[in-house]
Amino acid sequence: MKYDLPTKEGYYGDFGGKFVPEILIPVLEELEAAYENAWQDENFQQEYRQLLNEYVGRPTKLTYANRLTDHYGKAKIYLKREDLCHTGAHKINNAIGQILLAQRMGKDRIIAETGAGQHGVATATACAKFGVDCIVYMGAEDMERQKLNVERMRLLGTEVRPVTSGSQTLKDATNEAIRDWVTNVEDTFYIIGSVVGPHPYPKMVRNFHRVIGDETRRQLAEDEGRESPDHLLACVGGGSNAIGIFYPFIEDESVQMYGLEAAGLGADTDQTAATLTIGQPGVLHGSMSYLLHNSEGQIQLAHSISAGLDYPGIGPEHSYLHKTNRVHYKAITDDQAMEGVKLLSETEGIIPALETAHAIAYLDELMPTTSKDEIVVLNCSGRGDKDMGTISKHIDH
Amino acid sequence: MVQTEKRITQLFERHDGSEKIMSLFLTAGYPDPEATVDLILGFEENGVDLVELGMPFSDPLADGPTIQYSSNVAIEQGITMKKILNIVEQVREKSDIPIILMGYINPVLRYGAERFCHDAAEAGVDGLIIPDIPIEESGILKGEADKNELPIIYLVAPNTSDERMRKIDEQSQGFVYCVSVTGVTGAREGDEVARSVQRFISRVKQNVTKNPKMVGFGIKSHEDAQRIAADMDGFIVGSALIDTIRDNYPEEGWKDEVFAFVRRLKYGKE
Repeated sequence: MKYDLPTKEGYYGDFGGKFVPEILIPVLEELEAAYENAWQDENFQQEYRQLLNEYVGRPTKLTYANRLTDHYGKAKIYLKREDLCHTGAHKINNAIGQILLAQRMGKDRIIAETGAGQHGVATATACAKFGVDCIVYMGAEDMERQKLNVERMRLLGTEVRPVTSGSQTLKDATNEAIRDWVTNVEDTFYIIGSVVGPHPYPKMVRNFHRVIGDETRRQLAEDEGRESPDHLLACVGGGSNAIGIFYPFIEDESVQMYGLEAAGLGADTDQTAATLTIGQPGVLHGSMSYLLHNSEGQIQLAHSISAGLDYPGIGPEHSYLHKTNRVHYKAITDDQAMEGVKLLSETEGIIPALETAHAIAYLDELMPTTSKDEIVVLNCSGRGDKDMGTISKHIDH
Repeated sequence: MVQTEKRITQLFERHDGSEKIMSLFLTAGYPDPEATVDLILGFEENGVDLVELGMPFSDPLADGPTIQYSSNVAIEQGITMKKILNIVEQVREKSDIPIILMGYINPVLRYGAERFCHDAAEAGVDGLIIPDIPIEESGILKGEADKNELPIIYLVAPNTSDERMRKIDEQSQGFVYCVSVTGVTGAREGDEVARSVQRFISRVKQNVTKNPKMVGFGIKSHEDAQRIAADMDGFIVGSALIDTIRDNYPEEGWKDEVFAFVRRLKYGKE
């Protein structure tokens, strides 16, 4: 199966596109041209790779999870250790890529949105490293929930602007970042934190994260003598860590892929972020994709215990992979995710982020269906330090 | 069914240039659905030529605080697409003022593009402005809009290239909406608009030749309008109107205050 999406117009089947005000069209065209040029440029690639190696700490390890494997007694489980990246999650791969691009385009004012604060911290980090001004928009409510990350960003020299419009969470922070962008189009570069937004962002962010999947192929070949696992798991909010590990395997039809989204209190309740499980197609933040919205097309508030998955939309490429059944998307509840945190902590000595824990939780369902000669790779997208406040509230010792 | 395109076409044909065409943007359901009908009918009596009726959306990312506020109020009070179309029907019982529906694409698609265009034309809507549908994405609505003879009005911005302005002029029907400044909607201090706008206006004049030209964003007074729209067919005011409503509603006589503001916008000091 040949896979060469998106199209020139930025479409993945029916999803994607550029649903933005006229003011942003020239900006997106300029960005697309600069990105395509940079991506083909040996010097850009070299600089990007070098930063990933020396600053981010790549390649990240592929760890054989022996005790987790024994726990299920079925297929071998490997963890792709994005939690070992500088700043504690995969997000920095993209922040580094986009800031290099911003430099190349001569844009010296960086803006970003953040929900849990991980993308905000990654962007603030990259901006500190490059000595560039950075403004991060963050919902006032999220700022309260993620105080530690707010302090990290401030320490890194970033201005964190509280967003008090709407629900005061990630979607509103994104609205506010876009409003800043349309006002300051000349000198401002908007570093979007996931595979969402108008074309070329979903493609660009995917390609800055594909290093996760590319490394996995090489490492698996070294460890197991085969490039492809039988099963590949990743959690999905906007979907950047998932697409990063899935993308290099999409043409490999023998690989079963699972995207685990947040069911919150349950996909059948109104406290959920299970966009693909219960959502309908629509347009939010510049692209056509599945969304949580009511019968009037008003966007609904998402809920997940994991702030990084607490978003009512999803990247357009995931909508396509869902619709074509190339990836199986399943919803994991808050409680299941919390069990996932405990399981990985106790068996492997790795405290995962609450986001990552959604993928771990799915092992309970997947593993009994596997056999001993199979291989499972799970993208361990982030570490759990940032979630200790939430985790300690939910776990009795 | 009334031939919808005609009301806009006639408006610009009738227009002899002696005074600028004035279009007002009002959020449907703000300050409440009944008031919206009364306001539109009153606008017509007070010199308004065209009404842009806003379809509220929960995430208006091209709008400033004023229209975010009015949209929220309308949504909280339970505005629906059906109620918006009903507002148009109620106005149509008494008035032929051209009404354009303006809003983000998501509520339109959720209602159904086919059903929306049909019902809008049926209700007496004269055109559509969907700011998050640039010409590249026009296919999502154009077929159904054409079928119902519902013009789609496109926007040009200060950073739109000459070539692209000509393309947009080619596709736009009714008029071209000229966004005078980069940024979100909202009233601005006069100087801020004036500084960069002249070059933009002269490029618009050169490149938008097929359609009438209406200028908007940041206009808050008669004086702003006369200056910025000097070489345009007319001007659009939104946030400054909603701010005026917000300042006066629901005080006794609030509508009279709003209509007085509208007359000053059109004719200058009374």
